[in-house]
Amino acid sequence: MLSMDILLVTILAAIGLSIIGIALGLILLGIDRRISARMQARIGPPLRQPFIDLKKLLSKENVIPENAIPSLFNAAPIVALASSIVVLLYLPIGSMMPILGGYGDLILVMYLLAVPALAMVAGGFASGSPYATVGAQREMVSMIAYELPLASIVIAVAWLLYSSGVADPFALTSIVANPIWSLVGPLGVVGLIILLLTFAWVSPAELSKIPFDTPEAETELAGGVLVEYSGKNLGLFTVAQGVKTLVMGGLAVAIFFPWNLSPLFGLTGYVALTVDAAFFFAKVILLMILSVTVIRTGLARFRITHVVTLFWVWLGVAGLFGLSLVILDSVLRGWF
Amino acid sequence: MSEGTPTKKAPYVVPIGPIHPALKEPVQFLFDMEGEVVKKADFAPGQAHRGIEWMGMRRNPIQIIHMTDRICGICGVTHSFAFARAIEQIVDIEVPAHAEYIRVIIAEFERIQSHLLWAGVAAHELGFDTLFYLAWRVREEAMDVIEYITGNRVNYGLIQVGGVRRDITPEQHPTIQKCLDGYRDLLGKMLNLFLKDTTIAIRCKDCGLLSFEEARNLCTVGPTARASGVPKDVRVDYPYSAYGDLDISPILPTAYGGDINGDVYDRIVVRLLEVAQSVEIIETCLKEMPEGPILWEPKLPKLLSACKKAQGEAVGRHEAPRGECLHYVAMDGHEAPAMWKVKASSYSNLHSWIPMLEGEQLADVPIIVASIDPCLSCTDRVAVIRGAKRDLMTKEDLHQLSVEKTRRIQGC
Repeated sequence: MLSMDILLVTILAAIGLSIIGIALGLILLGIDRRISARMQARIGPPLRQPFIDLKKLLSKENVIPENAIPSLFNAAPIVALASSIVVLLYLPIGSMMPILGGYGDLILVMYLLAVPALAMVAGGFASGSPYATVGAQREMVSMIAYELPLASIVIAVAWLLYSSGVADPFALTSIVANPIWSLVGPLGVVGLIILLLTFAWVSPAELSKIPFDTPEAETELAGGVLVEYSGKNLGLFTVAQGVKTLVMGGLAVAIFFPWNLSPLFGLTGYVALTVDAAFFFAKVILLMILSVTVIRTGLARFRITHVVTLFWVWLGVAGLFGLSLVILDSVLRGWF
Repeated sequence: MSEGTPTKKAPYVVPIGPIHPALKEPVQFLFDMEGEVVKKADFAPGQAHRGIEWMGMRRNPIQIIHMTDRICGICGVTHSFAFARAIEQIVDIEVPAHAEYIRVIIAEFERIQSHLLWAGVAAHELGFDTLFYLAWRVREEAMDVIEYITGNRVNYGLIQVGGVRRDITPEQHPTIQKCLDGYRDLLGKMLNLFLKDTTIAIRCKDCGLLSFEEARNLCTVGPTARASGVPKDVRVDYPYSAYGDLDISPILPTAYGGDINGDVYDRIVVRLLEVAQSVEIIETCLKEMPEGPILWEPKLPKLLSACKKAQGEAVGRHEAPRGECLHYVAMDGHEAPAMWKVKASSYSNLHSWIPMLEGEQLADVPIIVASIDPCLSCTDRVAVIRGAKRDLMTKEDLHQLSVEKTRRIQGC
C-alpha cells in the first residue's frame, strides 16, 4: 500500500512539475527575447510572447514533406520534449529534492541532455531536406564538440565529492547537499571558476543559440534541422527548447550555486519550499541572461569549424586545466 | 547512404533561392557541396524581371524619369540621374550648376544610406543582429535628411530632365550639417564596431577572395572592384555633374592601413570609408554651391517638345553606391525613346560570385553573396520563357539571334 502511495505521489508530482517546468521554460524564453531586444535598442515582444506563439503553433496542422520518413519525423519532437522534461525531474529545485532522485545520477542527466539534440538530428535527417541534412550534420558535430568540456566539469565535481568522502559522489542530491565551493582551497576555487566559465560557454551550444546556432543558422540554412517542421511539431520543439533552457540553468545552479534562502531566514515547511523555488528560478534567470542572452546579443555566428576549434582546443584545455587545478588542490590538502 | 555510394564524401547539391532568408531579392544558387565546402557554384538571375524598359519605351522621357525612380528600392536617385544625363546629352541641355550640386548632394546621401543599409544586412548575414539594428538606426539619420530635402524617403522624385525639382535653400543647411556632423562623430565608432570585432574579423578575413586580376577581367565595378584594388570610380575617371569640381579619389582598402586582400573584410572597409568620403563631398558641395536656377526649363510642355524633336543616342553614367550604373537611350524624333537600356551596377558584379564562392564554406555563402551588395531588381532585365518553361540563352544563341536580325535588316 505504502509503495502504491509513493508511486501515486511521484506520478502526480512529476506531472505537476512538468507543467510548471514548461511554463517556466517558456517564461525564460520570453525574458531572453525581451532582454536581448532591450540590448539591441528595441522594445521587444511581451513576456508572454512564447505562450502566444505556442498557442498559434499548436492550432496549426503538421505539414510532413513528401520525402520525409513520417514516423521518425513525428517522433523527434516528442522524444526531444519528453527527454528534456525527464532531466527536469532529476534536478533539485530549491530545497525540494528531485522527484526521481533515487533512480539516477549526474551521468544519467548528461546522457539525457544529449537526447533532445539526438532527436533533432534524427528529425533533421528524416525530413529529407538538404538544409535539414546539413543542419543535422552540424548538430552532431557540435554535440561531439561540447561534450568534452562538459565531461571535464562533471568529472571535476564528482572527483571533488569523492575525495571529500561524500558517499554518493555522482548523485545530484549529494552535490546539492555539499556546495562544491566549501570543499576546496584557493587553488580549487580558481579551478572551479574556470569550470564555471566553461559551463557558461557550453550552455549556449547546448541550446543552439548564437554564436553556436550553426545547426539552425537562419541566414544560411533557413532554420536547418527545424526547416521542415511546422505546426504542432514545431510547437513541441519550442516547448522542449524552453524546458532545456530551464534545465541548463537548473544544472548550473545545482552544481555551482546550490545555496538556499530558507536556512538563512529559518523558514520551514511549504513557505521554505516556495521561497527556495523562487530563489532557484531567480538564479536560473540570472545565469541564463549572463550565459545565453548577453553572449548571443554580443557576437556573430561562428562557422562550424570555429565551434569545433573553440570547444576542443580552447574550452577543452580550459576544462581540463580547471579539472587538474581542482584535483591538485584536493591532493595538496590531503598532504597538509 | 546505404546504397553503396562510391566515395564517402559524395557531392550533394544544396539549392539556395530563389527565396531564402540569406537573399534579400530573388536569385537562385546551386551549390555542389563536399561536406561543408562549396565545390562548384552556379546562379540563375532573372527571377525579378518586371518589364520596366518595355513600359518606358511607350512613354515620354519626363514620364520615364519618374519610372526610373522605381527601378530600385534603395537607389532612388541613381537611375534617374543616369537616365537624365543620357537625355540631356541627346537633347543638348545644359544643366544649371546649382542643380548639379543638388544632384551630387542627394546622390551622396543615397550612398550613405545605401552603404549603412548594406552594413546592417551584412551583420545580419553573419548572425550579428545587434549590429544590424544599430546600423539601421544610424541609417535613419540619412533617411530623415533625404526626406527633409526631397519630401520622400524611398522614391525621391528629385531629378528632372535638365535639373532638379526641389531646391536646397540656405535655411536648410543647418539641419543637413547637423546630420553630417553626427556621421563624422559616429564613423570612428562604426569602424571600431565592424572592423575591430573578433567574430566579424574571423568570419570576414580571407573569405570570399576576389583577386585584382579576376576583379579586372570580370569587369566588376564599384566597391567590389575597389576592395580588390582596382581604382575604378566613375566620379573620378569620368567626372560629370559637379564631381569635376571636387577633389576626390577612389577609396581602396589601403586607406584603412591594411593590405589589399580582396576579401569580404576589405569590402566592409571600402564601404565604411566611402560613407566618410560622402560626408566630405556633401559638405564641400553645400559650401561651394553656386547660385542660380534649378531647372533648364521649368515649363514641362516646352521641355517635352525639345525632347520630342531630338534625335540621337547617348549613354548616361553614374557611380551608384554599388558601382557604375549605365543607361543607354536612343531617340528618333518621337515622343518615346526608340531604345532604352538599363545596366545596373550589380549586372557587372554578379559574375564575381563564382570565383568568390568556390572553395568556401557553406556557412560563408550568405555573407559572400551579400558582400557585393547585389541589387537584383535593378539587374534583371530579361527572362527568357519558351513554352511554359524558363530557358537559358547561351552566347551562341545570342550570336545566332543577332546574325538573324542583321540579315533581316539587310533584307529590307
